[in-house]
Amino acid sequence: MIALAGFTQSAVNPAGPQSAHIYHLWHLYLWICVAVWVLVIAFLIAGLTRRRPQPQTPDTKLRRSVITATAITIGILFFMLVASIQTGNALATRSFTKPVSIEITGHQWWWEVHYQFSQPDQEVVTANEIHIPVGRAVILKATSQDVIHSVWIPNLDGKIDAIPEHVNTIWLRADKPGIYRRQCAEFCGMQHAHMAMLVFAEPEPKFERWLADQRSGARSSAGAVVMRGRQIFENAPCLLCHTIRGTGAAGTTGPDLTHLASRTTLAAGTMPNTPGNLAGWITDSQRIKPGNNMPPINVPSEDLQPLLSFLESLR
Amino acid sequence: MSADLLSTIDQYEIDEAAAKRDLENSWRAPGGFIGWFQEVNHKAIGLRYIVTAFIFLIAGGIEALLMRYQLAIPDHRFLNPNLYNEIFTIHGSTMMFLFAVPVMEGMGIYLVPLMIGTRNVAFPRLNAYGYYMFLFGGIFLYAGIFLNMAPDAGWFAYTPLSGPQFSPGKRLDFWAQMITFTELSALVVAIEIIVTVIKLRGPGMSLDRIPIFVWAMLVQSFMVVFAMPAVMDASGMLMMDRTIGTHFFNPAEGGDPLLWQHTFWFFGHPEVYIIFIPGTGMVAELVTVFSRRPIFGYTAIVLSIISTGFIGFGLWVHHMFATGLPQLGESFFTAASLLITIPTGVQFFCWLATMWGGRPKLTVPFWYVISFFIIFVAGGLSGVMIASVPFDIQVHDTFFIVAHFHYVLIGGAVFPLLGAIYYWFPKMTGRLQDDRLGLITCWILLIGFNLTFFPMHWLGLHGMPRRVYAYSANSGWASMNALASIGAVVIAVGGILYLVNIFRSKRDGGFSGPNPWQAGTLEWMTDSPAPRYNFLHIPIVSGREPLWERPSDEIPLVIGLRTDRREVLVTRTLEASPDHRYVLPGPTIWPFWVAVGTGIGFTGSVFNMWWFVLGGFICFVPFVGWFWPHRNINFVPKMEKPK
Repeated sequence: MIALAGFTQSAVNPAGPQSAHIYHLWHLYLWICVAVWVLVIAFLIAGLTRRRPQPQTPDTKLRRSVITATAITIGILFFMLVASIQTGNALATRSFTKPVSIEITGHQWWWEVHYQFSQPDQEVVTANEIHIPVGRAVILKATSQDVIHSVWIPNLDGKIDAIPEHVNTIWLRADKPGIYRRQCAEFCGMQHAHMAMLVFAEPEPKFERWLADQRSGARSSAGAVVMRGRQIFENAPCLLCHTIRGTGAAGTTGPDLTHLASRTTLAAGTMPNTPGNLAGWITDSQRIKPGNNMPPINVPSEDLQPLLSFLESLR
Repeated sequence: MSADLLSTIDQYEIDEAAAKRDLENSWRAPGGFIGWFQEVNHKAIGLRYIVTAFIFLIAGGIEALLMRYQLAIPDHRFLNPNLYNEIFTIHGSTMMFLFAVPVMEGMGIYLVPLMIGTRNVAFPRLNAYGYYMFLFGGIFLYAGIFLNMAPDAGWFAYTPLSGPQFSPGKRLDFWAQMITFTELSALVVAIEIIVTVIKLRGPGMSLDRIPIFVWAMLVQSFMVVFAMPAVMDASGMLMMDRTIGTHFFNPAEGGDPLLWQHTFWFFGHPEVYIIFIPGTGMVAELVTVFSRRPIFGYTAIVLSIISTGFIGFGLWVHHMFATGLPQLGESFFTAASLLITIPTGVQFFCWLATMWGGRPKLTVPFWYVISFFIIFVAGGLSGVMIASVPFDIQVHDTFFIVAHFHYVLIGGAVFPLLGAIYYWFPKMTGRLQDDRLGLITCWILLIGFNLTFFPMHWLGLHGMPRRVYAYSANSGWASMNALASIGAVVIAVGGILYLVNIFRSKRDGGFSGPNPWQAGTLEWMTDSPAPRYNFLHIPIVSGREPLWERPSDEIPLVIGLRTDRREVLVTRTLEASPDHRYVLPGPTIWPFWVAVGTGIGFTGSVFNMWWFVLGGFICFVPFVGWFWPHRNINFVPKMEKPK
């Protein structure tokens, strides 16, 4: 699990303007609420333990206190409402040019990722991992192929549901480079717990380099073992569900594998992308992530190594 | 009030012994095994609701423990994902549909007639029918578990996940029909309580003298009447999508999955108040009695409860802030969600004022009220936080929400309920509970509760989503999860001690006498346990706490009601002035058979919708028996004739 270390997934560790706005609102609310709770409990204790005067406290005095307390409550609530609406406006305000536009489509239980550009040949398709440039706005469009999922990068922004036949849009920006983990936040069935992805916030040049890499088709080396692996892949049922651009594989049921080896994790953030894990996944994915839609693939043992070499070469 | 009907007992010579004998005879319980199914007395039915609901609470608690064991350590392989998803679905469904609502209804059915001074609920046979529907609904869901047909799409069953394409098999049909069973039962109880409160109050109990718990049950019942049809519609549409190929929620055919969320939460949010409002009513009663003074701000509290009932219907969208609604609409629901804090706040201030101006006595029920304050205020405040859309979209569907709603539901309903049961236990059994054990139990529950649910706030803020069966070791969530799991065990210990106290006290507890707490409301006027006819004579009510105004043997009484049949006094709505006498029906087995017929229809419709029609025909026969007219109003069922 070493490869997965170094990420963060937290709403109280903001790395962008959106999450920072929310974080400040949360702090304001927290202190107000702590103060109110302490006051109520203090009055409760005092009311239970204070020495009783003779005669009893007159009801007029109690009435005055209750009315005052209610008025203060209304004042506090109004203040909180204004703070909430101001934060909401700050989140919704769009003041940027040249955003990166990414469509994330939820599947049971993985994420399809489309980087959208005005020219179709610029588009990038990948899965279960996104890279974003630090300091540049990103527009996230969330939708779903099957059931409702939810896209949530707590370090960057609140969540937005991915609903079939709906496209929900939010924008966010990462101001600090880092690896932000996110996972599905709307119960979506058996493997809801294993539907994560890593978000890499990188400096602009590094991001552009990554993007250029992803745009190209499969660039596997031409070694004999790799070529043999490619043949095995193209003759196995893999290509019914997966796409590897530049080969005959063009299935769309499963994640795009064109640059599989460039990704950090396998099976939507379930485990680090190592040859051993990949081999385990291909031969018996149901043991690792029960219920996922990939059937066990019966690869003869002598074919497994070339196949892995091929897949590992898809950088 | 007509003089011939109402008078004090001094002016008439009444043969008390004969009246008692007659009442005991005409309100006699049906005997034997068959008699159990003929029972229509509100105390028996109410107690059945409470006991059945507690059995489901234990089941739900065991499910909670299994989940906490699974989450106690990262990557735990104790439960497989299917089993975990089934368990959290059943836990939520059990707690909401089979425990929280029915137990509050049971308390209402049991206590309302006693507190307003009448002999039974308005429609005793319908009442029995409602209980059987609840019982069958619960058995039906749990039978599904043993048939390996347990639902697994969450207690909210979001479409399209719960639709035919993604949840094949019968699991979700069992869930949807369980809803139909229990919500039908809830509607029955609601009608029961509304009519009972409006028409059967003791003479003189004008609207401004109704005990606050009864007000709470009345408002809750009106909410049920408007909320439950929404979820029955929703579950009905889901059933049709699943069985006869309609497309209400199918996006591929022009349906919309969000329609489900709207209809479900239009019920689901009022549901929270349906559970919580009776809790506040109980708190108001306990605060009054143990502050030893009339409640401060009666009118303000009642108006707060009523406005909570109204505003509760305007908040449902705050469960859907992440679905991408227009910003203006979201701001409206933020404002509405904050608004509901005001009536709740007013009630809290009035309770505090009551304690401030009274002479509080720290009994065990009062400790439950104190726990309620500690927990519910925290839960209410985290509710104020998540009313804000920007904050909510961060913590929505995380453990922060799990923490929040357990704070409001357990804090706002279960703690008051446990206090209330402790408080009314002498009226139900004639025995007192062990105070020392009771106090220890309350403290264990308070500590265990906070140990379990407070860390969940932290977990949610640190990114842990709800409804995950596993999390990895490098997530950093392990220690807080372990703490929560330890807390769950502490709660379980508290729950066991609570039951031990009940069983021990029921057998060996000291006799309580009619009014062990020196309370002021009518139910404490009669014997403990209350006789089946509740009151030898219906009391005339002259204030909110009649027993605090004069000793119970000086309270003016209604005479002139016949004791040789099940006669009650119907009063007018506002002033509760006497209107007419009315004979309530006696024991009968027909409601049971109607419930069986309905049950066959509902159960069969899981497999084929035509069973629904067949069920209607099956119900026809027992309905004929139920409504068979009697020749004269003096009819006393055969078994009740004096020997």
